[in-house]
Amino acid sequence: MNALTLWFHRMGSPPTFYAFAERWRPWFLWSGLLLTVVALAWGLFFTPADYLQGDSYRIIYIHVPSAWMGQFVFAVMAVSGFVALVWRIKLAEIVSLASAPIGATFTAIALATGSLWGRPTWGTYWVWDARLTSTLILLFLYFGVIGLSRAIEDRRKAARAAALLAIVGLVNIPIIQYSVYWWNTLHQPSSVRLFRGETTIDPSMLWPLLLMAVATKLYYAWSLLGRAQAMVLEQESGKDWVRQLATADRNA
Amino acid sequence: MNPARQRRIWMILLILLGAGVATALALTALQQNIQHFFSPSDIAQGKAPVERTFRLGGLVEEGSIERVGEGLTVRFVVTDRFRLQPAEFTGILPDLFREGQSVVAVGRMRDGVFVADEVLAKHDETYMPAEVADAIARARVKQAAEAAGNDGPAVPAAASDDPSTRY
Repeated sequence: MNALTLWFHRMGSPPTFYAFAERWRPWFLWSGLLLTVVALAWGLFFTPADYLQGDSYRIIYIHVPSAWMGQFVFAVMAVSGFVALVWRIKLAEIVSLASAPIGATFTAIALATGSLWGRPTWGTYWVWDARLTSTLILLFLYFGVIGLSRAIEDRRKAARAAALLAIVGLVNIPIIQYSVYWWNTLHQPSSVRLFRGETTIDPSMLWPLLLMAVATKLYYAWSLLGRAQAMVLEQESGKDWVRQLATADRNA
Repeated sequence: MNPARQRRIWMILLILLGAGVATALALTALQQNIQHFFSPSDIAQGKAPVERTFRLGGLVEEGSIERVGEGLTVRFVVTDRFRLQPAEFTGILPDLFREGQSVVAVGRMRDGVFVADEVLAKHDETYMPAEVADAIARARVKQAAEAAGNDGPAVPAAASDDPSTRY
């Protein structure tokens, strides 16, 4: 067994996972906060104003990283859901379910900030074009996953049903990504391109955006591990290691 | 890998494939409805539903904006660089409305003129500081002057004469 597989197997054990999360969460939190402060200060005060939109373009530093996270978290949710369905690993179920509220929040932030930007730029808060509509569907898919996981009594069955919805919902991700190329939309195409085409945002404006993308991922790691810890404790509430943890906590 | 897991993997991939194909078929069937707007070429080719309200999208043709009298009525021409479509709008235009800017207008055809009830500005994916936009505009004017073989006083280019005309 190679080191990575071994690590995954060890992580599957709740006490090991709990200790791992306990150890790394502060790092994710503080590095994430630090990066957020640096990136936002840079983006809001030290980048030049846009030639056409003036200062209102600065909402990009919240809007775009949130939109990226909305899709990224959904992908994580679907992949861990896949692992949960095939290998029946409890921790994968937990990671999948714990991701849903975080991704939903990021998607909601992307929709709200986009709407606030749309009013001065386009002249409207909302249009039913393909990009906006598919992003709204993403939010509803998150709601569906959360709702489904709460609607079924048996915890593991609930997790599996939600995982299946997450996997099917994955179909929506390329639609969001390519909607601006496949159809006429009011929303503009991507300014930042990783693989094909050129990035059409000036380098002086790009760096804080990329920093925010890293910062939001660190925040996600922190939030996910915290939620997963709580769910692991709930699931293992009768076990010895949890009892020991609780007594240690009381004595401290 | 044990057969039960293998079977589950195939099941999931099959479900994903099914969902993907179903979505692709639905989107292809709805192609026309998902288009947010029609271009002047679509109107010329009879693809736009000209008998009812629809959205027209394109660039505001340079030099075409014309105010009618004292009121709020504005006439302009929308182009996709292939066809021209005259349009008319009475009301307050978005700040970004200018020549060479992409717009999406809601309205209907009346005697060959698109009468808009609402005009929205479409922003493109270009983000840059004003100095960069000016530098690009200056370089373009210089290039054009060199191409024309005269290096006389260049016409000062407005910042709107820039890549935002890309559509």
